[in-house]
Amino acid sequence: MLYEKDTGTTVRESHTITVLVDNEAGVLARVIGLFSGRGYNIESLTVAEVDPAAHTSRITIVTSGTPQVIEQIEAQLARLVPVHKVNNWTSQEGGIEREMALVKVAGSGDAPMKALRLADTFRARTVDTTQSSFVFEITGAPAKINAFIEELRPLGLIDVSRTGVAAMSRGPEAM
Amino acid sequence: MMSETKEKIAASAAETMPLETMTGAQMVIRALKDQGVSHIFGYPGGAVLPIYDALFEAEGIEHVLVRHEQGAAHAAEGYARSTGKPGVLLVTSGPGATNAVTGLTDALMDSIPIVMLSGQVPTHLIGTDAFQECDTVGITRPCTKNNWLVKHVNDLSRTIHEAFEIATTGRPGPVVVDIPKDIQFQSGSYVGPRGLHHRTYRPRTDPDAAAITQAVAMMAVAKRPVFYTGGGIINSGPQASQLLRELVDLTGFPVTSTLMGLGAFPASRPEWLGMLGMHGTWEANHAMHDCDLMICLGARFDDRVTGRIAAFSPGSKKIHLDIDPSQINKVVRTDLGIIADAGKAIAAMIAAWKSGGHTKPDISGWWDQINRWRGRKSLAFKHSDTLIKPQYAIDRLYQLTRGRDVYVTTEVGQHQMWAAQRFHFEQPNRWMTSGGLGTMGYGLPAAVGVQVAHPDALVIDIAGEASVQMTMQEMSTAMQYELPIKIFILNNEYMGMVRQWQELLHGGRYSHSYSEALPDFVKMAEAFGCLGLRAEKPAELDASILEMINTRRPVLFDCRVDPMENIFPMIPSGAAHNEMILGDLGEAEVSAAGKTMV
Ligand SMILES: Cc1ncc(C[n+]2csc(CCOP(=O)(O)OP(=O)(O)O)c2C)c(N)n1
Ligand SMILES: [Mg+2]
Repeated sequence: MLYEKDTGTTVRESHTITVLVDNEAGVLARVIGLFSGRGYNIESLTVAEVDPAAHTSRITIVTSGTPQVIEQIEAQLARLVPVHKVNNWTSQEGGIEREMALVKVAGSGDAPMKALRLADTFRARTVDTTQSSFVFEITGAPAKINAFIEELRPLGLIDVSRTGVAAMSRGPEAM
Repeated sequence: MMSETKEKIAASAAETMPLETMTGAQMVIRALKDQGVSHIFGYPGGAVLPIYDALFEAEGIEHVLVRHEQGAAHAAEGYARSTGKPGVLLVTSGPGATNAVTGLTDALMDSIPIVMLSGQVPTHLIGTDAFQECDTVGITRPCTKNNWLVKHVNDLSRTIHEAFEIATTGRPGPVVVDIPKDIQFQSGSYVGPRGLHHRTYRPRTDPDAAAITQAVAMMAVAKRPVFYTGGGIINSGPQASQLLRELVDLTGFPVTSTLMGLGAFPASRPEWLGMLGMHGTWEANHAMHDCDLMICLGARFDDRVTGRIAAFSPGSKKIHLDIDPSQINKVVRTDLGIIADAGKAIAAMIAAWKSGGHTKPDISGWWDQINRWRGRKSLAFKHSDTLIKPQYAIDRLYQLTRGRDVYVTTEVGQHQMWAAQRFHFEQPNRWMTSGGLGTMGYGLPAAVGVQVAHPDALVIDIAGEASVQMTMQEMSTAMQYELPIKIFILNNEYMGMVRQWQELLHGGRYSHSYSEALPDFVKMAEAFGCLGLRAEKPAELDASILEMINTRRPVLFDCRVDPMENIFPMIPSGAAHNEMILGDLGEAEVSAAGKTMV
């Protein structure tokens, strides 16, 4: 990008951004279209209505880019008409980021038991058990989930479903 | 879900205003009237028939039937740009809506407030691939500021009012309200625009006082300042242009402008440097490159303006005023961003300048330098007695129309740039051109829109023979509504701008840029019932231009010009402002990286 030449900053950083929007038709498409149309990256995306009375939904996006691109992403999101508020949890202190994943391992021999012990160390819950498989539920920071998944890979990992990140500030204030 | 809230809001509004019951189609007409709309540009079809039916009886709204929906959108743009009011278009579903997409995108790029109302298949058929169904809100989402599909009749009037609010405030832009046919037939409650405000949308227009103070402090100590102004000043309203003059009176700083901002500052004033950018003047671009303070007012550092970013004005501090926060630091790092309406911010600068006790700084050394650049006479050209030079044609057109109530639109290409360089403006809202999107075919329908708004003015589309063929059919609209637009074609028998790039960048291989099989424009004019004129020699030009001006009906003027003339100065793609080439300096040198740029 032209921009990166301009400032010499080309280091890509991962950022978690939350967008509070009016829950109206097409708003998610507008947000996602902004990312694809301007060539921004989406690493994960979480959306749900959070206040039925006020008709607001909260979209949390993990994206990556140079600091200039991240600044543009925030500004471009903020100017969308149905957007109430944009928050970048990565560039401010004390954001809480959590994600949930369901992870399935299957196999024979001692691998499933090793997986079970590993799940215990990661404080994952076992939500389904058969003769030859387990489904674990794990909640935590994305990095913790990444680590869990990587360690399960040689132990018969066959399926992963992640929710994407939900984020919130620490302390008494709302977003 | 949305409709529930809206009904609640509508209900609370009802406590103060009596609600009237009417059909959706009637609401459309009523809402337009309540928004002060007097003209709409449109084209009927199955999915908008109820609205057309309501229009049949409506008084106070004039409908202009275009010949293609792209024409409706550009006409609405011309109307908006020349009046400061929103332009409105009405189209049917499917092809009606898709035909308008170019105009919507054009309006988005150039921040022009237009409101498109489109018909849609009835709600129960949406999603079934019904006849003339298309996902209008999906297709137009990336080319509108906002858009809506109305699914409940009681949301309709409120949505239209919201659409007008969003189109015309903040950074203006196009909006679309898509109205299914069953909604047009249903009865519901009409809500007026009074007291309605969007829930979330609050564009910031008042400048931050501290930022203004800082800006003025920077201006007071600048040695080589330049105002770089843009379309934002025009969008802010005529007041902003007046204030700009005042700010220049106070500071004595030189002024240049983008293509979109022409007219905001009078071209006759000594501080005027001419347009900047790819085909800007020598003095404007050098001033941009060498300045120590750049004060950008309502412009957005477009690549046509900056040239190579890494080499863009390397030694300057930059102040950037824009109503759209996302423009600050988008392409160029600025030292001070001011988010505000241009007029309000300039007014605040004037107040701060005065209250700070500043006087005109001594920048005579800078002016000496600027005058040396001016001495280069970068717009000069070699006159010919046998061939009409396009520059000469524009000069004569300008001279012979001076003192009249003139509005100029253009198509896209060399003729557009010659017009921008040589047709001078003293006032805003007089110059309508497709800047951001560069839409060939814009000028003729835009002229239709301008003439509708200004029936007695002299409205001229400065055209190219290739561009004009893209929306030629709107000649028929001009005839139908007795709109005496003048289409002044600089006919160089080439897509001249393409040919010039092929000459400079592709070894003179003129691949598919010759305007083969051109129609006889004079006969064509006659076929439409317009006056057709042709000039082939410099000596016959003046008389024909005068005949054109004095004709009270549409005129198509085939001005045969030198086919090989190039537009200069030129900053080749990927070059810096101070690497401009002039017509007399021979071959351009374009870097490999530059060749890949557009
Ligand atoms: C709709 C559209 N298609 C293609 C282009 C690319 N283009 C830019 S200028 C140009 C040539 C325009 O030719 P003409 O109207 O004769 O103007 P001239 O440059 O000769 O003055 C073309 C094809 C464009 N700008 N718009
Ligand atoms: Mg041409």
